[in-house]
Amino acid sequence: MALKTFGNKDTRSGFGEGLRLLGETNPDVVALCADLTGSLKMDAFQKNHPDRFFQIGIAEANMIGIAAGMTIGGKIPFTGTFANFSTSRVYDQIRQSIAYSRKNVKICASHAGLTLGEDGATHQVLEDIGMMRMLPNMTVVVPADYNQTLQATLAIAAWDGPVYLRFGRPSVPIFTPEDAVFQIGKADLLVQGTDVTLIACGHMVWKALEAQVQLAEKGISAEVINMHTIKPLDTEAILSSVAKTGCVVTAEEHMMNGGLGDAVAQVLAKNSPASQEFVAVNDTFGESGTPNELLKKYHLETTDIVLAAERAVARKN
Amino acid sequence: MADLQAIASQVRRDILRMVHAVSSGHPGGSLGCADLLTYFYNERLTINARAFSMDGLNEDLFFLSNGHISPVWYSVLARSGFFPIEELATFRKISSRLQGHPSVDKNLPGIRMASGSLGQGLSVAIGAATTKKMQADNAMVYCLMGDGELQEGQVWEAAMYAGSKKITNLIGIIDYNNRQIDGDVSDVMGIMPLSDKWTAFGWDVYHMDGHSFDSMREVFAAIDSNKSNGMPKMIIMKTEMGKGVDFMMGTHKWHGSAPNDEQLATALAQLPETLGDY
Repeated sequence: MALKTFGNKDTRSGFGEGLRLLGETNPDVVALCADLTGSLKMDAFQKNHPDRFFQIGIAEANMIGIAAGMTIGGKIPFTGTFANFSTSRVYDQIRQSIAYSRKNVKICASHAGLTLGEDGATHQVLEDIGMMRMLPNMTVVVPADYNQTLQATLAIAAWDGPVYLRFGRPSVPIFTPEDAVFQIGKADLLVQGTDVTLIACGHMVWKALEAQVQLAEKGISAEVINMHTIKPLDTEAILSSVAKTGCVVTAEEHMMNGGLGDAVAQVLAKNSPASQEFVAVNDTFGESGTPNELLKKYHLETTDIVLAAERAVARKN
Repeated sequence: MADLQAIASQVRRDILRMVHAVSSGHPGGSLGCADLLTYFYNERLTINARAFSMDGLNEDLFFLSNGHISPVWYSVLARSGFFPIEELATFRKISSRLQGHPSVDKNLPGIRMASGSLGQGLSVAIGAATTKKMQADNAMVYCLMGDGELQEGQVWEAAMYAGSKKITNLIGIIDYNNRQIDGDVSDVMGIMPLSDKWTAFGWDVYHMDGHSFDSMREVFAAIDSNKSNGMPKMIIMKTEMGKGVDFMMGTHKWHGSAPNDEQLATALAQLPETLGDY
């Protein structure tokens, strides 16, 4: 069975379009950028609303602080820079001035994971989901494709509290219908199955869908869940699926430590221990290369999900 | 007009009694800034103490970036009517709204941003000042920083931004006592020439005696008359760490240590109880 797509596009452009729409509909939305306006696709907002766009320069710590301060008086600031500079570079600023202070800032992060490619490990943050989900009061959203990133951008503006929104650089298949409802904290059950549950986020959701097709050819019925919100995690979706399938594979373009896989394992360990395999980067930094070369070298391909699913199924009692 | 001298004396008593009660906290810088905060909350700032709102529309906003001097802020806030004076007795105790460093986590009226990890307040103040401008709110935003705090790089990101982008409704104050935990600021890591640095970053710089209400009135009158000169304002406020208690002055020793029973008694004897202890 061929998977249905609506073409290919980068998720960051979904963010840019969502921000442009917010510019038209929500006068409280303001945007801040640390010298990466083009890369973040914030140009349209900047052009349409110069009075609500703030070019901060290459000073991410200051950007986070300014965004936190702007909420006092009711603005809804969206900050934009690469994922690494949105998180690890400014972790204490986020911790004290946004998360602990409960400020309604939306931290929007592009070029996450390995697929930013040739720039190499300095820019390929693989720890950001872990860092952000550890912070109390923080919501963590990792949409899967262009349409979903657009909808997620609209949704986080209406969500009261700090949010980390993670998206990426490469062009990837669009499979979420334009009119699909996006609800923070409510996972998308994409394909129903009975033998194994594939739980993925971000770019890896498409690969999980591809893996499901390949597994079907091998006689393994896989259920596919798009876990677009890492926190708050949809535990009900995990537990009801695994109750049926008995085993799980998590897939993420992120470090194995601290990411989606850990979050799912915590839920299972506490409620209903099950065989689990982790498709993620295993305690190593990335490097330069094309996105596809990197996904192959660091075992984040469709094949890796298929093999992991077979291992998880084999380990079931 | 309120008797600022009398209020400041009581504030200093509060500070000493608060840190003594829990054998922890930061009396030195708190005593040094007691006069400024007394002046701010009793004379300078346009605020609504009885009906605190996070957004503070049309009110002046004050941010304490050097959050470790929380005792002086808590005392002044309580004695200005933000919360009951008796609550000062809960400082640093379990489940208190008066955390060791200021927080909004427990909804203490008067506080809009956590501080304690240094260097972040000026950026926050810029953000709040920017929102005020967008909303045509003519009130001002104030940010107090320590002098040692200027060793944090983020302060200079904020300094560059506010000068370059002309954040004119922002007034910064540096508590210039030349002391930090490890010793004199000039020995630990020098920050001079202080005035030239801020001027070079595009700020309109003023010098003020942090223990003279007349000096404060003069400087703020000058700032008000220069309101439209297109620059953010920075006040270098000369203070004495430990001001008001003879044995706490002239040393960095009391930056972060509390007096024992005997030391407290000696200190309190130097500060008249003017408004009644909590």
